[in-house]
Amino acid sequence: MHKEFHHTHSAHCESGVMSSMLRYYGLNLSEPMVFGLASALTFAYLPFVKMGGMPLIAYRSFPKSIIKNIRKNLNVKMKLETFSNKEKGEKRLNELLQEGKIVGAQTSVYWLPYFPEEMRFHFNAHNLLVIAKDDKDYTISDPVFEETVKCDFAALTKARFVKGVMAPKGLLYYPIDVPKSVDLKPVIVKAIKKVAKLMLKTPVPIAGIKGIRSLAKAIEKLETKEKRYAKLFLGHIVRMQEEIGTGGAGFRYIYASFLKESSEIFDNNKILSEASEMFLEVGDEYREFALMIAKALKSKKEINFKAIAQKLNSVADEETLAYKKLLEFVKEYK
Amino acid sequence: MDINAVPQDDSTTYANNKKAIYARDEDGNIRAVSSSGWEAEETVTKQALHDLQEHASEAYNDVKRGLKSPLYFHMYNIRMDLQVLAESTGFFKWSIKKDFCPEKFAKISQKRLAIYADAMGIKEEDLQILPKKDTDA
Repeated sequence: MHKEFHHTHSAHCESGVMSSMLRYYGLNLSEPMVFGLASALTFAYLPFVKMGGMPLIAYRSFPKSIIKNIRKNLNVKMKLETFSNKEKGEKRLNELLQEGKIVGAQTSVYWLPYFPEEMRFHFNAHNLLVIAKDDKDYTISDPVFEETVKCDFAALTKARFVKGVMAPKGLLYYPIDVPKSVDLKPVIVKAIKKVAKLMLKTPVPIAGIKGIRSLAKAIEKLETKEKRYAKLFLGHIVRMQEEIGTGGAGFRYIYASFLKESSEIFDNNKILSEASEMFLEVGDEYREFALMIAKALKSKKEINFKAIAQKLNSVADEETLAYKKLLEFVKEYK
Repeated sequence: MDINAVPQDDSTTYANNKKAIYARDEDGNIRAVSSSGWEAEETVTKQALHDLQEHASEAYNDVKRGLKSPLYFHMYNIRMDLQVLAESTGFFKWSIKKDFCPEKFAKISQKRLAIYADAMGIKEEDLQILPKKDTDA
């Protein structure tokens, strides 16, 4: 690390890393701006992909897509390196740090010792920034922590080289050439258009608004399922939504912040600031949905699956209106 | 959500950490603020942790009664399941299931044991025994 690095507490790991990294290399973009420009907002319900026996529910785009979309949309030259074995991977990271670079890395949460026991699950797509090393520890700027943390060499290497779903393969990434400034307007329009179209027009019922409605249907069907499974499934939805990288509501709030910032860039564009408010509302609705589930799980009464499904469908209705609003903006700037 | 509505529920599952969440401040700007926890999230995290603990303690008893090999307990104890263990080691599920059999596991090859040990972050000799529980005395 050559210059001083400022750690920022972020809501989401990948957008947090990219925002901090770009800022360090001279391009000042907030976390929400990075998230928005990368079109990271989404919804996917993949009942046939199982994690811990539960279907995959994602409220944002696939891991690495923020890195890749920022590279493409902002013309940032980035290098992504993966490794065939641990030794090479550790050596390369040390070399890059020696050169004074700060380096993004993909890791498994479970093997990072600075994570408290309560948060350690086998999730392989956690992003962090390695900013320095001494003779036994790396200094890490982990965006979801308030302060920088230390992690010994062996532990980070283990976390970088777990195998399985979304295996990081030691992934390291860092920019080689960062533009000093970017004309954000055209990128914003394009990125918003992409999100709105994906959410409204995906023809298959696993992604976008249709995906949300499929999940609602699956919730309704829980009535006929075994009780223990039904409860775990409901809990799983909320964990995917709230706990894993801030999830559904959190991402809607980040997106609302992105839209607010964008509205200012477009001379206080009214449609964007209205859309921003709408996404704040949608985020609140997701949290109400989560609360409803949490209460049902705690209560001794029979769970009203229909009511929970209905709530999710009404979130989908509201979210649909928000994307339609975004398309109005896109039309204006065609 | 407004900044003053951001829950500060001091959830034990945050273990004294805070999470950043974006909310609207008095001036109408949306910025990141720290949250010390949220009850709804705590409920489901605890549910998941409880489920993992239950698996581990059921496995512990099975191993103790000689129904399963120590590997079976260690897998659940590090919050894995058959799927994750198979992915982490590159072994087929059916072949791992064989290693859950105590007699079979007792005769495991050094090479195979080493792969388990590496993937699970547990020493080879520890992997072959059931650790003592505080309640065992």
